[in-house]
Parts: sequence; structure tokens; C-alpha cells
Amino acid sequence: MTQSSGLPLWEIFVRSRRGMSHIHVGSLHAADWEMAVQNARDLYTRRGEGVSIWAVAATEIHASDPDDKGPLFDPPADKVYRHPTFYEVPEDLKL
Amino acid sequence: MEQMVDDSLEDAFQHRIDAEVKIEPRDWMPERYRASLVRQIAQHAHSEIIGMQPEGNWITRAPSLRRKAILLAKVQDEAGHGLYLYSAAETLGVDREALVDMLQTGRQKYSSIFNYPTLSWADVGSIGWLVDGAAITNQLALTHTSYGPYARAMVKICREESFHQRQGFELLWHLSHGTEAQHEMAQESVNRWWWPSLMMFGPPDHSSPNSEQSMRWGIKRVSNDELRRRFVDMTVPQARALGVLLPDPELRWNESTGHHDFGPINWDEFHRVVGGDGPCNAERLTRRRRAHEEGEWVREAARSWATRHVPARIEAA
Amino acid sequence: MTDALAATRSRLCDYALALGDDCLILSHRLSEWTGNAPDFEEDVALSNLALDLLGQARGLLTHAGELEGSGRSEDDLAYWRDDLQFRNLILVEQPKGDFAWTVTRNLLFSTYQELLYQELSQSAEPILAGIAAKGALEASYHCEHAALWTARLGDGTAESHQRMEQALMALWPLTGEMFELAPGQAELVSAGLAVDPSLVLEQWQLRVGEKLQDATLSIPRVPQRRCQGRLGFHSEHLGHLLAEMQHLHRSHPDASW
Ligand SMILES: [Fe+2]
Ligand SMILES: [Fe+2]
Repeated sequence: MTQSSGLPLWEIFVRSRRGMSHIHVGSLHAADWEMAVQNARDLYTRRGEGVSIWAVAATEIHASDPDDKGPLFDPPADKVYRHPTFYEVPEDLKL
Repeated sequence: MEQMVDDSLEDAFQHRIDAEVKIEPRDWMPERYRASLVRQIAQHAHSEIIGMQPEGNWITRAPSLRRKAILLAKVQDEAGHGLYLYSAAETLGVDREALVDMLQTGRQKYSSIFNYPTLSWADVGSIGWLVDGAAITNQLALTHTSYGPYARAMVKICREESFHQRQGFELLWHLSHGTEAQHEMAQESVNRWWWPSLMMFGPPDHSSPNSEQSMRWGIKRVSNDELRRRFVDMTVPQARALGVLLPDPELRWNESTGHHDFGPINWDEFHRVVGGDGPCNAERLTRRRRAHEEGEWVREAARSWATRHVPARIEAA
Repeated sequence: MTDALAATRSRLCDYALALGDDCLILSHRLSEWTGNAPDFEEDVALSNLALDLLGQARGLLTHAGELEGSGRSEDDLAYWRDDLQFRNLILVEQPKGDFAWTVTRNLLFSTYQELLYQELSQSAEPILAGIAAKGALEASYHCEHAALWTARLGDGTAESHQRMEQALMALWPLTGEMFELAPGQAELVSAGLAVDPSLVLEQWQLRVGEKLQDATLSIPRVPQRRCQGRLGFHSEHLGHLLAEMQHLHRSHPDASW
């Protein structure tokens, strides 16, 4: 990976409406978190898309290994009851 | 042994692509897939950034305050598009600063269309209508590209682009339905921008060497010629509604193909401009470099401040 | 219409024009950054400031035209007046300068504008009050942007500090004009229609002083210059700005865009 001579990278999360979760929208560069939030407001909420912004230093994000798919992501086969299709309901009923 | 592991990984990778499953940043991917994505996304990002210049050229001269606001917002959007795309490229493990350096030293390209000058106000309209129109045709196809972050950036960009094309169309409509001088301004501008817009889709399929692999990897979803054909079919009726003529005597509807036929594109000109000998290549890069260099002391100050201060935290919520 | 009412309307028109011209001209200067900013993020940010100010200018000029009652539109007022008829502050027409210059001017002007608009949002003139209320929110955002950068440039590197000092030395003497009541406007103030800008001077000095102190900068000890932009006597910079801004519009006098 290239060593950056630019400003640090920040991952930006925006909550677009009350009642929703923050969603990752992209990243930007800024020297500190205050500038990152300020820039994020201009960049990712220009059309009034956001009511709340998180800026997270990209170096602070720790990810799972995508190839390590076993325990983390495979829906445990023994817990099929978590899925709505597990349940039989009368066909003419909207549920 | 190494090779065998790679082969089976590559098979699995291709399998995913064929099944229309998006590739995400930390997935295994062939090095050539990564490199070719970086090149394409970076070139796309550079185009958005350099693309600010020809239209930005008219912000301070816009002939009404309404037009000035629209143009300013549009050029601002392009800066935003550049940032969305650099952000997507950075998920592939490259750094924006390094990419910008590639642009500024001429080692990576940007769309050649932006090497043409904006000589009249009508050019702002032509760029919105034709250049953004062509870009949208290409970008709509790219919303289905195989790399997740690139596809998501495209969705966001396409949402904003439709305003760009509309404002260009509306601008030209006012000109072509305005005074005689305005109508002439519109027609003269369309004459200059039509052919370069067709070139935006790149060389014809039979001489586009990278296309085939790109298609197999799902990076490119639709071929250059097919995109160009879509663009022409879309644009011809719009030109009629605008009341401007497209400068191609061979342009006509072909009943049997169900598409428009159009005259030959001057690929010599295309290659010349791509090769650096366009009307504005030198100016565009010089100006980009100057903005970057003049900004260095500002970025340096911000970096220096950040090493000595941590702004008071506010709790995330 | 009684004579008194007509006189009030005409004074209000001048008042709206002055505020609108400030926004129009500063917006123009800020828009010169689009594509030239120190970073792409800042291209977006500075364009936002320019767009906010342009929006305010359009509201104020449109309203001035209505008050005037002559049917002049925002474009008639922006494109068909000459330098001597513009009422903006000398401060806002100064060239774009370097980024320190732009940040300093934004700090000085946005702080003034926010304080003024907050007062004006209480005006008995409902349209002005409405424009001011919305403008105050935008101005407070502009102040925030200016303050963030003032801190980082003032307390950044030796070079950035020096550039900020230079900008302050040059721009500070132009700020006195912001707090002068233009002729004929005392009546508007006493009628509760307009704001006496001298009332916000103290608060302005306090707030700007604080921001400068945070940035290891201080209010320069330089005398105010006599500025008469509000009377139409401008620096030479405005003429060039207008030549660029108005040329195309005036080249096609019978056109609409
Ligand atoms: Fe774009
Ligand atoms: Fe666009």
C-alpha cells in the first residue's frame, strides 16, 4: 500500500432520517475529525440527505476476514426459526 | 502448487462474477482485476475533477443569477463525483494522493472531451446536454459493474447526473428559442461538441483491446459501440425538440436495424487529443497542478495543527 | 401611496440592495475558488458558501426590485447597474487572494452577517425578516467553516500564521464600514424595519477576537480606512469584477436566458 503524503482518510456514515441507522456512504480526507465532519456535511449531505454524521478514522476500523465465512456469516443451520419463511401461514393471509 | 491455488481462487472469483455476485474490497481478486479497476476508476475520478475546468470557466460570466446558481451547483457536484470515485478507488488499497500525482504528472489519463475549450456560453449547455448525456449513458451501465464500491458510487453519481443533463438541455432550449444571435450560439456550439461527444465512448469494439477482459470480469457491462448507439438514438429526438441540427449529413433512421446510422468518426483526431495534442491538454494539467501546489501550505498547516491538537470530542450518537 | 410611505419604501429598497450586493459580490469572489481550492473537499465547501450567498443575494435583489416598484428583476439589478450604483462593502469586492485571505475575510464578514441577520430577523418588514432568518442559519455555518480554518492556519505552520497575519493587516482596516449606518436609514431603524449595525459592533469584536485568540492571532493595531462602498464609491477592483460578470448579459440586451 502506498504511503500517503496527503491528509488522513476518514470513513463517513450518515443517518439520513430519524429512526434509521447510520449508513456508510464513502470516505474523504481531512487533517482531523472536526474538518472531516465539516467536509462530510458539504460532500455527502449537499441535498439535505443527512441529519447525523459520523466520521471514523479509517485506521480505526477493524474488519472481519471475508474468507473466514464459517461462524460469522453463515446463517446457523440450526436456527432456521430466525427466518420468516420457517413459518407456515394460511396462503390468503397477508402477514 | 502456488499456481494451482491461484487458479482455483480465480475460478471461484469468475464464478462469483458470472453469478452476478458483487466483489467487495476485502475479497480475493486477481491482481489484474484490481489493477484494471484502479486504472478505470482513477481515470473516471480524474475526469470529474478536470471536468470542472471547462464549465467553471463560465461561472463568473453566467448571464443570469439563476444560471449562475445552477452552474455553480453543477460544477460543485463534479468535485463531489471525483471524491466519490477516489473514495471507491481507495478501497482497492491505493492512496488518493498517489492517484492525483499520477494525474498531475500525466501518467494517468482523464476523458479527452475536457481538452476542448468552452468558447461560448452555449458550451455550458452543450456540455450538460451532450457530454453529461454521454457520461450518463456510460455510467448507467456501470451501476451494474462487478465491483461493489464502484457500482455504489455510480448509483449516487447517476442520481445527481440527471439534473446535469436537464439543465444543459434547458439552457440550450432557451438559446435556440431565443434571439437569432442566441440560436446561432446554440447551433455553433452543438456543431463543435457533437463529434467529440461520440468519441467519449472510446474506440470501436474491434479495436478496443482491453474491452473483452473487462467485459468478462463484469467491470464493463456494455460495449463501446453499443453505448454509442444508445446515445445517438437517445439524442436525435432531443435535438429535434431543441431545434438544433446535429452536424452529420449521414445521420438518419435505419428502419431495418431499428437504430440511427451515423457518419464516420474522426479517430485520428481522437488519438491526437488522447495523445496530448488537444486544444487544452496543457492548460488543464497546468491549472490542476497549480491549484494543488498552491494548496500545499494549507494542507501542511492542517496536518501540523492536527499533530498538536485534538478537537474536543463530541459523543457519537 | 402617501409620500411618507413612498419614502420608506425607497429607503428600504436601498437597504435591501446594500445587503444583497454584499452577498452577490462576495459570492462571486468565493466562486472563483471552484476548481482552484487547496483540496477537493474545499472545492465543495467554498462552492457551498458561494451558493448560499448567491441565494441570499437573489432574494434580497428581487425584494429590492419589488420595493422600488419599477419592475426591475434580480437580473436587471445585478447586470444593469454600474459600479457607482453598487452599494456593497469595500471588503467583499477585494480580490479572492490566497486561502488565508479568503478565510480571514469570511471570518470577518460571516460573523458580522450572522449578528446582523439575527437582529434583522426581528424586523417589522416580514420579507426582510424571513430572508434574514434563513440567512442567519447559513451565516452561522459559514462562521463555523471560517473559525475551523482560522484556528488551523493561525496555529498551523510559520508560513500559514504569517499569511493570516498579512491578511488580517490588510482586511481589518476595511471592516469599519460594516458598522456605519448608511444615510437615510436612521428612519428605518427607528421604525423597527432595519438594524443599526453599530449595535452589533461590540459583540462582533468579542467573537472575532476570541476566534483569533484561539488561533494565536490577535486584532491588528491598524487604523480603520475610510470606506464609502455603501455610497457607491468603490475600489478599482469592483469595475473589473462587474465587467466580467455583466459582459455577456449586456451583449444581448433583448435576450432572456
Ligand atoms: Fe459527474
Ligand atoms: Fe455531470
